[in-house]
Amino acid sequence: MRSVLPVLSVVAMILGLWYAACLPMNIKGVLTEAERAGATVTPEGGKARRDMSEFALLVANGFAIPATWAQERPRLPAPHQVAIELWDTTVMKKITSKRSLVYHGWVTLSATLLGFVIGTGLGILLAIGIVHSRVMDMSVMPWAIVSQTIPIIALAPMIIVVLYSIGVQGIVPKAVISAYLSFFPVVVGMVKGLRSPDAMQLDLLRTYNASNGQGFWKLRLPASMPYLFASLKIGVAASLVGAIVGELPTGAVSGLGARLLAGSYYGQTVQIWSALFAAAILAAVLVGVLGLIETRVLKRMGMT
Amino acid sequence: MILVGVALLVWGLGWWVNTRLAEGPRAQSRAMQLLVPVIFGATILLVWELLVRGLQVPLVILPAPSLIAQRFAGSLPILWADFVQTILKGALGGYVIGCAAAFATAILVDRSDFLRRGLLPVGNFLAALPIVGTAPILVMWFGFDWHSKAAVVVVMVFFPVLVNTVAGLNETSAMQRDQMRTYAAGYWQSFFKLRLPAAMPFIFNGLKIATTLALVGAIVAEFFGSPTVGMGFRISASVGQLALDMVWAEIVVAALAGSLFYGLVAMIEKAVTFWHPSQRS
Repeated sequence: MRSVLPVLSVVAMILGLWYAACLPMNIKGVLTEAERAGATVTPEGGKARRDMSEFALLVANGFAIPATWAQERPRLPAPHQVAIELWDTTVMKKITSKRSLVYHGWVTLSATLLGFVIGTGLGILLAIGIVHSRVMDMSVMPWAIVSQTIPIIALAPMIIVVLYSIGVQGIVPKAVISAYLSFFPVVVGMVKGLRSPDAMQLDLLRTYNASNGQGFWKLRLPASMPYLFASLKIGVAASLVGAIVGELPTGAVSGLGARLLAGSYYGQTVQIWSALFAAAILAAVLVGVLGLIETRVLKRMGMT
Repeated sequence: MILVGVALLVWGLGWWVNTRLAEGPRAQSRAMQLLVPVIFGATILLVWELLVRGLQVPLVILPAPSLIAQRFAGSLPILWADFVQTILKGALGGYVIGCAAAFATAILVDRSDFLRRGLLPVGNFLAALPIVGTAPILVMWFGFDWHSKAAVVVVMVFFPVLVNTVAGLNETSAMQRDQMRTYAAGYWQSFFKLRLPAAMPFIFNGLKIATTLALVGAIVAEFFGSPTVGMGFRISASVGQLALDMVWAEIVVAALAGSLFYGLVAMIEKAVTFWHPSQRS
């Protein structure tokens, strides 16, 4: 609660900077439009203005300032324009409409979730294998760590096209990309978690004559939960990025990535920004939901 | 079919050797820690090669490693040009600017407790967002050349480095800061002698996260428009021509560049934070 006021003022500061940034970013476009509409602009003619600094133009044409926040295709849309576009395309449109962000968001979200579940499941399985087998640990673990330092997302376009050429399309290729992006963080985090019980605790179980399986279910798995949730949060954010990037190379028509791409082709900046914010909200919701589950689970387990 | 059989045999052999080595008496030695993953990697490459040849997998699905190596060796000038454009100009340029900006912001923020309490949650939140999505906007603003890629990288690395630096500068205990005060140390003296060194493990954590993000940002931004050079451009263009051996060659470059970049930062970390428990074990 102590940090509500500071957070709010930082957010307000960002919004203020954003509005201020709209002035120099948009002024040239606004003046061109105004001149075309018949207003007197100083100096006249686009050629004379091209080499002038944005700030000199702002001083000379004070009347144009409100217009920099209300252009139809600004270089930088003002926050309220993005908010209105978001509201219009989520609440005001039917969710089956091709222009509804809820529809596009769902297309991306479904691929994200499918990939996330697959990637997490496989990641946990591999981590269990690594913890219980020395060979797997020594052979696979270094590669899993190295793979975190390389931009595996570069594989995304190829995966889409290869899967397309063998007849798989739709949600699955994007889910595959999401899966492998969430896979490695989960493996590394889960191995750390399953190893977190110390020698004393493992010895205690041995004095109870507990089997390997019992040791896993009663000690290692519960002890790994905090680590699991930490890597799940990283993994779900990576999954979302994977699904969005997966929509880029095929020229997909639906999904948040497709909205970004279409917006950049047609110069619809407001559409790009609203798709971006929709993606951000989606990521925040996903991470937030996982955080809620985390506090619930850890509380039930008595770990917080 | 014979080749498939050989592939299975190779797999079994590699696994058997690794089992022997891992269960053997010298498993803890440094050489073994290196040898076992290398054998595993080599086995995978060999099995891949044999399976692709044995099952006659077409090139448009999965090229054999030998073909990729051939393509890699055959198009070194192209790969080097792409490397310079994407990694050296786009990723590295953006990385340096972004990290420097984040560091400067962190020092500004650090002087005010109010700002720090406000910025940490906001920064953490922003660091978790899909920031790659800003690529189309920044490409629109800064043009198709590497400047827009560097801009994407700046935005991507800024928040992780900022959050880690601010958290790191907070790391010293009240006791330690009090001691600096009893020495009559000024803000900058206690900053350079106490708080900055104490923050280094955190700062390097942020810098290491940022290396991967920098490469991701520079490559993905090229999917939104680029001149006819660059790794992201080459990947998407070659995918369009179904020249998958070229795509794989670029991925090899990306992997090498990524591990090198990370390794470099980790080496500097080792030199700077030699005193930290995690480096002394």
